[in-house]
Amino acid sequence: MTSADHLKQLATQVRRDILRMVHKAQSGHPGGALGCTELLVALYNKILIHNPKTFTIDGKGQDVFFLSNGHLSALWYSVLARSGYFGVSELSTFRMMGSRLQGHPATQEGLPGIRISSGSLGQGLSVAIGMAKVKKLNSDPHLVYVLMGDGEIQEGQIWEAAMFAGGKQVDNLIAIIDYNKKQIDGATDDVMPLGDVKAKWEAFGWSVLEMNGNDMDEVLETLKESKTKTGQQKPVLILMKTEMGMGVDFMMGTHKWHGSPPNDQQLENALNQLEETIGDYKI
Amino acid sequence: MTKFETETLINQGDKDTRSGFGEALFELGKTNPDVVALCADLTGSLSMNKFADAFPDRFIQTGIAEANMMCIAAGLAVGGKIPFTGTFANFSTGRVFDQIRQSIAYSNTNVKICASHAGITLGEDGATHQIMEDLGLMKMLPNMIVINPCDHNQTKAATLAIAEYEGPVYLRFGRPKMPNFTPVDYKFVIGEALMMKEGRDVSIFATGHLVWKALEAASILKEKGIDAEVINIHTIKPLDREAVMESVLKTRCAVTAEEHQIYGGLGETIAGFLSRNFPTPIEMVGMNDLFGESGKPHELLDKFGMGVPDIVSAAELALGRKHL
Repeated sequence: MTSADHLKQLATQVRRDILRMVHKAQSGHPGGALGCTELLVALYNKILIHNPKTFTIDGKGQDVFFLSNGHLSALWYSVLARSGYFGVSELSTFRMMGSRLQGHPATQEGLPGIRISSGSLGQGLSVAIGMAKVKKLNSDPHLVYVLMGDGEIQEGQIWEAAMFAGGKQVDNLIAIIDYNKKQIDGATDDVMPLGDVKAKWEAFGWSVLEMNGNDMDEVLETLKESKTKTGQQKPVLILMKTEMGMGVDFMMGTHKWHGSPPNDQQLENALNQLEETIGDYKI
Repeated sequence: MTKFETETLINQGDKDTRSGFGEALFELGKTNPDVVALCADLTGSLSMNKFADAFPDRFIQTGIAEANMMCIAAGLAVGGKIPFTGTFANFSTGRVFDQIRQSIAYSNTNVKICASHAGITLGEDGATHQIMEDLGLMKMLPNMIVINPCDHNQTKAATLAIAEYEGPVYLRFGRPKMPNFTPVDYKFVIGEALMMKEGRDVSIFATGHLVWKALEAASILKEKGIDAEVINIHTIKPLDREAVMESVLKTRCAVTAEEHQIYGGLGETIAGFLSRNFPTPIEMVGMNDLFGESGKPHELLDKFGMGVPDIVSAAELALGRKHL
């Protein structure tokens, strides 16, 4: 089995985790989480230079990832757990009172892997810039990654940050936009057209790459390519085309599952489409 | 409660509080390599030029983009730096409340939000820039320390002190030259009120620029045979509850004085504490649910009820309501 095959199996398992977590909590955001599964699985297993056992908030000597669209928390928690940041059994506490797995990522409960709270949109790119500046000040060659939603770039702060990173040549930063063209209220084209996203970021001084975020081989290849684009006086953006709800037929092609949990029958139907590969966590 | 050794505090010459911030920031640049400063196109106004010139690598000019600045600061703090943001109080709080709430207060990041041109003494620029709601906004946030120094020397001392404290801080200061009367280079202790003048008849709890006004009011009250105590509550949160209690146990009535809306200000914090623990007649000097207007700092304070005569009459009113 090639390592890409292994990652594909892991992605299937993570998708099962997301559905089971959101189902048990009867709340959460499965759509975008299912769409970005390949990205996070690839990042945490093949791309990031990181050590879950020596996690520190400051991320010194490691690559750092921020999740700006914090509502993808179920995905992040699953990938963190399955990368060794905490036990997978804890996934069953998602969104429950007393859990470290808050509805949106938070630091207050001390969950390893989380460095700052996110959920109110538009802030993560700026935070990532701050961390990228720290790396530069400390002559730390490691990189900073941040994922944001495409609807999220409707926030004005994103463009403040985009202007800063381009203008001030923050070239140790790789930002990824989940370009699924959907948001809670519907298609981005209907809610607030994003226009030529690639041209906009290029105009702000960024190197822009594109990839199909649901093709594991392409994700790995593009992430590796993005690293080679760092250190060239330009921040790097990956415009990542994805399918919201990927992997579950009735969740794809609609924005309906952005923030809705499946019921018992829907969960069963969904899980039947995703083979248990490395083992479900126990409830 | 701390007391200064000098018997009476005298004005060493008018000076602005913001330059106290700038001097301390420059000192911190020399002594603490983790200190980083950020500014949103107001470097001169915040007296940050010396730091910016001396430590260009550790100075981040964000342009007119305060939301981005606050969250870059949060990211710097996550990475272990001690970021000081500088812009006007208006743009340091209301404009970026959600950024502060999520990325700084809730995330408990070690960001020092340094806010100049606060209050009505901003003067001529008018009500768009005269924020009188910032202390309330900031004190409502869990994890946030809220400090409003009274003069140049205290602002400098407070700036040095907050660098040593681990966690989010809101530090508020102003634009105009005002009396400078606390000792040079004294050690500022967060959360520890300062006794400015002892008295037996009425406690005046003052913060920011109104501390000097309260001392002037105390002199007038003295001529009227009223012995007022003046306490400098430079830290609005956490409130030095022991100092407040100790004073009102003696005087049994209180006045609060602040350059801020009464709704949500220091007065309500003290009244809330006293009403739960030791109900005491209290009068509040502050902005009474109004927006300001253009004018000179002192004339605006007088017009909007935050002048020396207002503190004097508030003290007399409080005295009259004392439970004998």
